[in-house]
Amino acid sequence: MKSLAELEAIRNKAKGSVNLRKDDHAVRVVVGMATCGIAAGARPVMAAIMEEVAKRNLEHVAVTQTGCIGVCRLEPIVEVMVPGEEKVTYVKVDPKKAAEIVSEHIVNGRIVTKYTIGAAE
Amino acid sequence: MREIALHILDIVQNSIVANATRIEVIITEESDADKLTVVIRDNGCGMSKEFLEKVIDPFTTKRTTRKVGLGIPLYKMAAENTGGSFDIQSEEGKGTVVTAVFGYSHIDRQPLGDIAGTMLGLFTSYEEVDFLFRHKVNEKKFEVDTTQLKNVLGDVSFQVPEVYMWLSEYLKEGEEELNQ
Repeated sequence: MKSLAELEAIRNKAKGSVNLRKDDHAVRVVVGMATCGIAAGARPVMAAIMEEVAKRNLEHVAVTQTGCIGVCRLEPIVEVMVPGEEKVTYVKVDPKKAAEIVSEHIVNGRIVTKYTIGAAE
Repeated sequence: MREIALHILDIVQNSIVANATRIEVIITEESDADKLTVVIRDNGCGMSKEFLEKVIDPFTTKRTTRKVGLGIPLYKMAAENTGGSFDIQSEEGKGTVVTAVFGYSHIDRQPLGDIAGTMLGLFTSYEEVDFLFRHKVNEKKFEVDTTQLKNVLGDVSFQVPEVYMWLSEYLKEGEEELNQ
């Protein structure tokens, strides 16, 4: 069973490293999590992104949720904001595509054009 | 929605939009009473009497992108379809309490679903909000208060990979134990 003592040990280890998420240079990933997004499967998408980010130890990535982005028929929607670059909107994302977006776009810096809203429309 | 946990995720977003700083999610499963009760309580901005009366109507929403809001109507229907009940109490400036009661053994009751994943997503996405999650299954209880976790973590974020993995396991284990 996981214990709070274990959490404390993790904190002591992590405390030394600066929390890069809070600064302006962080990559932001936003998942649409309104009724439409949730019904279309946004929760496992968000979990897949978080897991991929954790697995790869990407400390400069902040993952958050937002409400309805406005194109419910294309949910689940994921927006990726890299500082200094234009926002990229991915549509009809599933957990597999989400992991690919993290590795290709965030790690390798290559936008996964085939999943973008531009490709879907 | 396929799971009650997804309704919970959806309704909690309303609390977030209402600028709540503390949100409680309390799930009580009682097989003797044949009931599953979900209480979501927040200290957000609350709703006026007039808005509260209309909020069950799908054509009522505070959203500006569209003119319909289905979160509450879907949740209410899911509860009532199982012979249960649905209630919202709200006071402006104080907060809102949404209570849904489901018929536990009713054939149309959705499974609770991945509540551990739901809470994990909420805890990590809205770190500035304090969450109390309490899940009772008959005599067994699992409870997580994020203020306690934050006391341990200090300014270390839930999104730090090791912390996230710990929290994920902690929630999963707690839920598994309830269902053993």
